[in-house]
Amino acid sequence: MMRIVAMAIASIAGLVMLLSPFFPDLESVGAQSSEIFNVIAAIAFILGAGSLVKVNLSRIGRRDAGWGYALVTLLCFAITLIVGLGKIGVPPNPQFAATPWAGEKDAAGSAFAWIYEFVLTPITSTMFALLAFYVASAAFRAFRAKNREAMLLLGTAFIVLLGRTFAGVWLTGGLPEWASGLRLENLSMFIMQVFNTAGNRAIIIGIALGVTATSLRILLGIDRSWMGAGGGSA
Amino acid sequence: MSTGPRSSAVVVWAVIVLAVAAVVGLRIGLGDGMARAYAERVEMRVTVQDSESPNGERVVEWVEWKSVSPAAFLLASRETPSQDRVQLSAAYTVGLWVAALLTLAIFSFLYRDNPAYRLAEAIVIGVSAAYWGVIGVWDSIVPKLGGALAHGWTTAYILPNLPEPTAQSQVGMGIALAFGVLLLLRLVPAVGGISVWTMAFIVGITAGAKIVSHVESDLLAQTVATMQPLVQPVDGTLWNVATVWASLPNVLVVIGVLCCLTYFFFSVEHKGVVGGAARVGIMYLMITFGAAFGFTVMGRVALLSQRVEFLLDDWLWLIDPLERRLVDGVSMIVGTGGIW
Repeated sequence: MMRIVAMAIASIAGLVMLLSPFFPDLESVGAQSSEIFNVIAAIAFILGAGSLVKVNLSRIGRRDAGWGYALVTLLCFAITLIVGLGKIGVPPNPQFAATPWAGEKDAAGSAFAWIYEFVLTPITSTMFALLAFYVASAAFRAFRAKNREAMLLLGTAFIVLLGRTFAGVWLTGGLPEWASGLRLENLSMFIMQVFNTAGNRAIIIGIALGVTATSLRILLGIDRSWMGAGGGSA
Repeated sequence: MSTGPRSSAVVVWAVIVLAVAAVVGLRIGLGDGMARAYAERVEMRVTVQDSESPNGERVVEWVEWKSVSPAAFLLASRETPSQDRVQLSAAYTVGLWVAALLTLAIFSFLYRDNPAYRLAEAIVIGVSAAYWGVIGVWDSIVPKLGGALAHGWTTAYILPNLPEPTAQSQVGMGIALAFGVLLLLRLVPAVGGISVWTMAFIVGITAGAKIVSHVESDLLAQTVATMQPLVQPVDGTLWNVATVWASLPNVLVVIGVLCCLTYFFFSVEHKGVVGGAARVGIMYLMITFGAAFGFTVMGRVALLSQRVEFLLDDWLWLIDPLERRLVDGVSMIVGTGGIW
């Protein structure tokens, strides 16, 4: 019974969204459904946070290996939550100075903005920066110009990389005007505008067709794998 | 008895930590020091309506601190030695040190996994979970849910300019609240199964919205963008080199899109003409992946250079590309004297 209701909810909600651009009467229902979706998405963050607390508390309770890190995670979580929800250090909003909590949560000078600027941003951007080393190292180990396709991939990456740096401009800057198309920066631009556009366009069209087909399968109740165990396909 | 690899790791860590400590120690002792942040005091004063006040209004005053460059502090101090308008900011200075140490902790993973990296990892997990939760509360739950279901309280304490909710929005937010509660029941294993109804709503809305958006902005838009004139006459002439060069990009794009789509079409065996087209498609895709790889590496290297610049500029004060510590043509890198 629970699964039949779930399928009905999915189909009705999906059909409302699908049909709302075509029927003016349904337009406001579609917009309202999007609003409901956004609120549920925000509540899902609370679910995620609750799950994080539950998992880490059980790790601490069992004294698992590395439970100290779980404690750090929970402490940082609690501090950020208190600071953010309490709007600690947030100056009043000049437009609504009489309203106690009208200040922007991430206004300059607030503790929440401090955490974002000095804790979250440095760690996340450095983690992504680390990938520069690992991508280069993985490419060095995995990429071999064994056949025509691999040579194309490597050659293109090389041209695009060099064409966007000063080294590329400097290396081929001496080519005469009639051969300016072969300068690395121009070659890189040509590759991006023509070959990369064509490849990406085909991939995007493929994705659109795939998403449409999968979504229709869900709305028609053919694909029920999203319900987890016991769902499956018809 | 042999502790070779372990002891060599300890030596490497000791060398790394000592090297960083030596650089920091030297930098603190040399010139104008390092890693200090300054802020300017801005006094705010606003008159607001107040029915409880005898004259119907009251004045709200507070102080805001605006981040400024070290050069601004030096100039303000030179002008008026006893000034307290621009001051050393403890919060921002501590922040600089925290950011620098966390950056180094993450970079330490380049050698191998270690407690400093795991500590930074634990911090980012906790902080980011709470950060996005807080964003969700203030950006969605309070204005939408609170604005519709507790309008009086929300406007009195948080968002005074929220419009009056309509009956439709109140019903909608009531549904959202009900689905939200069902979703949160997932944390209670005994009744968690009912959260599948909320999942159904999320999946249904996403599926319905994605069909429309993907068909509209991807399938149709990309197809239309591909339908460009294949011949681009230059100077009104069809048969000249300039026309061929101008027409080449569109021709190559059309051929590329058709060949790549042929490669993706598995309902027909890739033989003969179809096989040839699919092979051309593979070539295009390889070039696309190569370009994507090059772009990814460039993006990561740009991020890396930003982090290195942060360490050398904001923290160590070894470089000054934005001239934030340049006073009278002398940078605090080498010491202007009197910064303290």
